[in-house]
Amino acid sequence: MKYDNEMTLQIASKSQNEAFARVAVAAFVSQLNPTVSEIADIKTAVSEAVTNAIIHGYDQKEDIVEVFCGYCGDIVYIEVRDNGRGIEDIMQARQPLYTSKPEMERSGMGFTVMETFMDELNVESQLGIGTKVRMTKKIKCDSDL
Amino acid sequence: MKMKFQKKELTLIVSISAEVDHHIAEECREKIEKELDKFQGKSIIFDFSDVTFMDSSGIGMVIGRYKYTLAQGGRTAIVCRNEKVKQIFQLSALFQLIPCYDTIGEALKYTNQEGFLNEI
Ligand SMILES: Nc1ncnc2c1ncn2[C@@H]1O[C@H](COP(=O)(O)OP(=O)(O)O)[C@@H](O)[C@H]1O
Ligand SMILES: [Mg+2]
Repeated sequence: MKYDNEMTLQIASKSQNEAFARVAVAAFVSQLNPTVSEIADIKTAVSEAVTNAIIHGYDQKEDIVEVFCGYCGDIVYIEVRDNGRGIEDIMQARQPLYTSKPEMERSGMGFTVMETFMDELNVESQLGIGTKVRMTKKIKCDSDL
Repeated sequence: MKMKFQKKELTLIVSISAEVDHHIAEECREKIEKELDKFQGKSIIFDFSDVTFMDSSGIGMVIGRYKYTLAQGGRTAIVCRNEKVKQIFQLSALFQLIPCYDTIGEALKYTNQEGFLNEI
């Protein structure tokens, strides 16, 4: 797939990088003149996916999370990848309120938030290999409104 | 991240000024737990008036403290006007347990409600 523009971030799996990742993606996407609401949606979805890589994928161990963002016309593609533990049952993981870490006060709403705030959500995962979360969203340029 | 604690009768008002994600929610949780240890009250108000961003980590943080207020026979309320933040709470159906108000004054009526205090 050829993008009009793209970027890839490699960040250490530290929780303080959650804010950095979503702000960096938001700054990149702002080239498309998204609305305030669209930017908020994208920031939230990136925050969810990166947090999942850090706390579920890597179980808070130090490693690298990759965040890809590209756009083609007015469609934004985001992919968040980790080489962590992987997800055994993706259907179950995507259920609202399902969490494998209730003791960490996780709500199990991360995938539901990503689904709600983005147009498409695709999860690929292999146990012991890692997880890829792919999301797309169409930007209705500010100038068209 | 900034936090402010105020006590009004039986309610601890927790005002948070931050983007509430997993990293910040853990920090908030620790500070609130410390405050609750000293606090002789029953109820909590989460004042999210200055929360400009929240992901699903905020839900867990609120529910965790709601369980505390339940155990104390108290109530929990949220103050929030940011539509995106509200949408996150709505997805989890949280407002059925923990009502959301526009102002601290309204929230206090709920958490410190006279009829309610007489019941307990
Ligand atoms: N990157 C990941 N690696 C491994 N497991 C994951 C990953 N992302 C999500 N999961 C699994 O999916 C579940 C649901 O994720 P989510 O909806 O974000 O809820 P929460 O993060 O609150 O647990 C997690 O509890 C975890 O078991
Ligand atoms: Mg999550």
